[in-house]
Amino acid sequence: MIFLDVASWVLILVGSGFIIAGAVGVLRLPDVYTRMHAASVIETVGAGALFAGLMLQAGLTQVTLKLLFILLLFFFTGPVITHALAQAALHAGVKPELEDDRRDRLSASKTDGNAGSDEGRLP
Amino acid sequence: MFAAAMLAVIAALVLVVVRVIKGPTVFDRVLAGNSVGTLAIILVAVLGFLNGRPEFLDVALTYGVLNLIGTLAILKFFRHGDLAYDEQEDEA
Repeated sequence: MIFLDVASWVLILVGSGFIIAGAVGVLRLPDVYTRMHAASVIETVGAGALFAGLMLQAGLTQVTLKLLFILLLFFFTGPVITHALAQAALHAGVKPELEDDRRDRLSASKTDGNAGSDEGRLP
Repeated sequence: MFAAAMLAVIAALVLVVVRVIKGPTVFDRVLAGNSVGTLAIILVAVLGFLNGRPEFLDVALTYGVLNLIGTLAILKFFRHGDLAYDEQEDEA
């Protein structure tokens, strides 16, 4: 049983880490389309690992079934919402930020010409 | 251990709410609002385990369904300017 406990703790900690990583991505990334990518991390890996840890704590009961249903809900609604959001944003004329825009923005904010060192890195 | 997970989820909620407040376009706000809903579901689930009463999962499940409907309704409103948008009516 100690093995199950350790496994569930590890899964819960990994899930928490991915949730924080996704939230930081939602805050830090440059435009809607990249933020969408970060937000999906929260509900796939983050919620997945955390709920897997909770399932190991609950054992083989009705609670595990409910957790599984919530994960199934995330599994189906996540792509639907992301697709609707991307389509609505494109329809409203929100342009994705390309690498050229990023280079302009960086060289505008930093006047020491340091933007060349970021060459080849995707935003 | 559940307390650590709750702290992580609350920290993530704070970061995402900052994006809701800042977000330059309405779509940033909708995206971050949807993330707030997802994090609330996770928070309710973990809170149930923390209190030793996992029956809260029913609330989380209901909240997930409402979150989907709400986000889609907001997106439809901002795309068509009308919740009762009809494609046939638009073509005629």
